Amino acid sequence: MSNLFSLAVGATLVLYALAILVASLRLARGPRAQDRVLALDFIYVVAMLALLVLAIRYDSSMYFEAALLMALFGFASSAAMAKFLLRGEVIE
Amino acid sequence: MSIVEAIVAVLLLASGLLTLTGALGLLRLRDYFLRMHAPSLAYTLGSWAVALASIVHFTASGSSLSLHVWLVIILLSITAPVTTVLLARAALFRERRAGADLPPVLGRRDPA
Repeated sequence: MSNLFSLAVGATLVLYALAILVASLRLARGPRAQDRVLALDFIYVVAMLALLVLAIRYDSSMYFEAALLMALFGFASSAAMAKFLLRGEVIE
Repeated sequence: MSIVEAIVAVLLLASGLLTLTGALGLLRLRDYFLRMHAPSLAYTLGSWAVALASIVHFTASGSSLSLHVWLVIILLSITAPVTTVLLARAALFRERRAGADLPPVLGRRDPA
């Protein structure tokens, strides 16, 4: 793994961190509940992408299962929160 | 830097920039229904670039074609539209209740 390549991987991780930071600004600011849910969903997906990049960085395929689980849980939580916003309860 | 590493690096950097663009759109756009469009940049192009980079990297470093990252992409391409539609419906419902100026309901007008 050459120096330039690990620099590019690091730069990608920094870009993801910046994206999560910007999205968490939106998460804190609101103004309404649906904005916060959207920002959380986005943060979930970006963290999952960061796991995939870490798999390349450490040359290990163990990270895929974690990324897959993260995508599943992110979907379940976002769907549950959207349902809650729509109806006021998750399971009817 | 070999040619494989160059391809992987370019794909990763593209994905990082696209994701940051989506986050900036999430922060800067002025309306919720405009803001919903920005993150899908990361959901589609960003994640596809990372998956392609991962496939190229692990295929080049291993002995066989490694396609299991594709599972993540398939899962994401199923779940992202579902989440978006659910959130859009929830937001429409809540904005209508708050008395925002929105286009009228299509189809059945009066809730039976």
